[in-house]
Amino acid sequence: MTWQPVIGLEIHVQLKTQTKMFCRCENIWGEGENTRTCPVCLAHPGALPVPNGRAVEWTVKLGLALDCQIADRVLFHRKNYFYPDLPKGYQISQYDQPLCVGGALTVPRPDGDIRVGIVRAHLEEDAAKTVHVGGEAGRIHGADTSLVDFNRGGIPLVEIVTEPDLHSAADVKSFLQLLRQTVVELSISDAEMEKGSLRCDANVSVRPEGDPALRTKTELKNMNSFAFVARGIDAEVSRQIDVYESGGEVGPQTLHFDPQSGSLSPLRTKEEAHDYRYFPEPDLLAIEPSEELVERMRAELVELPGARIRRLADEVGFELAEGLVTSGRDALYGEVAGDRRGVANVIMNQLAGASVPPDSVNPKELSALIAARERIPRSAFDEAIQKTGDPDFSAEPYVSQESLADADSLAPIIEAVIADNPSQVEAYRGGKEGLLGYLVGQVIKATQGSADPRVVNHLLREKLTPLG
Amino acid sequence: MAPTRLAGLDTSARGRERGRASASRARGAVPGAATARAVAPCQAGTRVSIDTRSLTAEGAAGLLEQGDVTAEELVEAYLAAIDAHDSELHAYLRVAAPRGNGVPIAMKDCITTEGVETTAASKILQGYVPIYDSTVASRCKSAGLPLLGKTNMDEFAMGSSTENSAYGPSRNPWDPERVPGGSSGGSAAAVAGGLAPWALGSDTGGSIKQPAALCGIVGLRPTYGAVSRYGIIAFASSLDQVGPMTKTVRDCALLYSLIAGRDPYDSTTVELPEPVRMPEREDLKGVRVGVPPELNEAQGIEPGVAAAVADAVALAKSLGAEIVDVRLPQSVEYGLPCYYLIAPAEASANLARYDGVRYGYRGEATDDLTELYEQTRWQGFGPEPARRIMLGTYALSAGYYDAYYGQAQKVRTIIRDEHATAFERADVLFSPTSPTVAFSLGARTENPLAMYVSDLLTIPSCMAGLPGLSIPCGLSEGLPVGLQLIGPQFSENMLFDAGHALERALGFDYVPARLRAAGS
Repeated sequence: MTWQPVIGLEIHVQLKTQTKMFCRCENIWGEGENTRTCPVCLAHPGALPVPNGRAVEWTVKLGLALDCQIADRVLFHRKNYFYPDLPKGYQISQYDQPLCVGGALTVPRPDGDIRVGIVRAHLEEDAAKTVHVGGEAGRIHGADTSLVDFNRGGIPLVEIVTEPDLHSAADVKSFLQLLRQTVVELSISDAEMEKGSLRCDANVSVRPEGDPALRTKTELKNMNSFAFVARGIDAEVSRQIDVYESGGEVGPQTLHFDPQSGSLSPLRTKEEAHDYRYFPEPDLLAIEPSEELVERMRAELVELPGARIRRLADEVGFELAEGLVTSGRDALYGEVAGDRRGVANVIMNQLAGASVPPDSVNPKELSALIAARERIPRSAFDEAIQKTGDPDFSAEPYVSQESLADADSLAPIIEAVIADNPSQVEAYRGGKEGLLGYLVGQVIKATQGSADPRVVNHLLREKLTPLG
Repeated sequence: MAPTRLAGLDTSARGRERGRASASRARGAVPGAATARAVAPCQAGTRVSIDTRSLTAEGAAGLLEQGDVTAEELVEAYLAAIDAHDSELHAYLRVAAPRGNGVPIAMKDCITTEGVETTAASKILQGYVPIYDSTVASRCKSAGLPLLGKTNMDEFAMGSSTENSAYGPSRNPWDPERVPGGSSGGSAAAVAGGLAPWALGSDTGGSIKQPAALCGIVGLRPTYGAVSRYGIIAFASSLDQVGPMTKTVRDCALLYSLIAGRDPYDSTTVELPEPVRMPEREDLKGVRVGVPPELNEAQGIEPGVAAAVADAVALAKSLGAEIVDVRLPQSVEYGLPCYYLIAPAEASANLARYDGVRYGYRGEATDDLTELYEQTRWQGFGPEPARRIMLGTYALSAGYYDAYYGQAQKVRTIIRDEHATAFERADVLFSPTSPTVAFSLGARTENPLAMYVSDLLTIPSCMAGLPGLSIPCGLSEGLPVGLQLIGPQFSENMLFDAGHALERALGFDYVPARLRAAGS
């Protein structure tokens, strides 16, 4: 039987507003623990929340980018549970009247677009950060000490819930990268999984291919990189298939991803048995986003990354297009002249590999460099790439260099490499053609990178292949 | 004291003139230096004797303004009175180190005061010293009012007698064997007993008006949204309001003017539609007074209370008021049960922050988080907060929400509409504030429901978010009876006018008879 994975996501995005969601504390990452706190976000007696208007605007903007309806009247609710990262004993969130409902994000994939339904996007406050020292993999159970950093407590957080429209870990990764890029381009979040400003939980189930009914889902938590999300989902999909194929039943549970082992373990029932006792937050009035606000946010939208991936895929293929757009390098790509696929390759491989920020590159100079790429020594090209981000970078000194390409100069070097590598030469002659690359590399190395690899390749092949 | 110190209200010439014209004021309410000099001295060493039992805040402001006393002398007089009488009344939980050049004030212990311990009379906040001032405390500070101290209350404002204080009950200055009411019982006892010229209380379902009535003073529960709740230890957020507790209606208007108005730290506050006016009226001509039978003939209203209120209604008529027929058929019947779903539900969330992690009381050391929560909360909360947390948690639980909390919110809308309809016919509603006069200590502690009924008449208008003023309107069995005046939203100026005209005509002596008899 063929099994189809069915995956829905819950994504949390921290907004990069200047201040927190309900107080005036600075919203900043990486400062000393508990230095950005006040009576409100520490839940001192008597403190009251005051909503951050900018956060509301930005959520509206995100909702519009995700093609959602913006609600006329929005309520905040209290979500009640006890935990040390939640100083009030409740989180101010949205429940049955969220800000954005019923949208979609269309994700380009090599074999066509997938439309991922957005159930809702709502605004809430982030919990504080807990650090469990000692014990089992940083979890609270068995920890020696638990520490709380309230700097994170109260940062505006948008929760985005998708329909179960994703059917593989690869789909999920494409969706997440596209969503991330969308959020980054809206300038509302850094959306960095490593920093926790973008977080993703997945609801996973499997069903026989073609069966419309959904089966029991499990919830996967703590996957804090794109790679972990994919690994976690793959592991859970395999587990569920095994359970069904061995005649068992999948039970609803929450699973915690352990990045060290790559495995999933169930959270204790105590941690998941919640009745959140939602009720409307009496400290806040209902929010009614005005038509003016919605239109102002709509006017700030630019062409969204999904559309650009589709457009670029025709020029450079899906993979490079997705890479360029979701890494924010497609603007540079558009400004650099030259063979489209070649330009895309240089930007995605060499420039990205050298960690050159795309904004810092002068497209004219990069165009000149790429135009001379085949003609100049490899070493000159590589060195130039490293420096393309420098403010005063000029391609001129590199493109004026010439490769060592004349057969007479290269002949003694080639002879020497052949003499120094008898076993490789013999293996090549015995049919291991891949070894030619190694020998070419040795020649280029001997010329400190100045030899033209195509010429060396040709000469070596000629030398090693018996005439006739 | 310059009038500007009291928010620009004219507290000087006219107030004193009228004070002299009124016989009742001549006994103690005269807000002027002459009368203050006339009373027996109780504080040696001051140029002018200060009788804290009778001195009003307006009178004290007059003394300061004329230079007859200094702010320090005024504070000294009250500290001396506290020293002499608070061991009996237990109005204060703690006395502060008062600073400021204005008329000193006492604040209920659920009002956070930076650097001054604030416990809401709960063990769970024992030793908690706020790191910030509530907006009302900060406004009083800006106006120069020295803080005398923090007054006793029912724990987390849950109760109607102050017997639910974790630190022992306060006592009624009219009869120390009786309760001062609650939950702002300490503030009421302090003002009635001459231990503070005025005080701030808080009101959720009657916690200002009821103790004001039981102690024979004036109390205002403002319109919801008129006074900031920032820094008020929350009981039920959709109902809590801070308000003045004073000897006279003019003092009440004065203190209200200092604390009211929009606060950027409380998004449920609004700008007042009109500035606060010091009441001047001496008649009630053209005022339509509604006397809803549901509030005036409810079961449990003592005959003496009903009689005093009926006399006040008759007096209002003689002052020119028109008595109109209004009904509140569902508000009174369903107000109390509805309140006891909504208030505990909100309280169950508001009190969740007291977990022993960041401040206040912490249960005995344990390695287990859940145990820490359980021990802290079982040991830290008294029986009444524990009861209400459980009631509220139940009312919000999955499967019960619609039947309890959801239904109560719908009833609340009906109560609001019913009041709005009543105010199409009437400008103000009259009723007893409390069905009974002050009851004996211990009389209702065994039966929570009997205690809850103390607020039967104050709860409906609280549920509707409306302002209510309680003024003393006579005695029954030698104990004060409170008249409740309810107005539409933001009708405080009208309530002050009506209350002031009645107060003048009633001539109630707010100095408890036994203190008056005891002399100095």
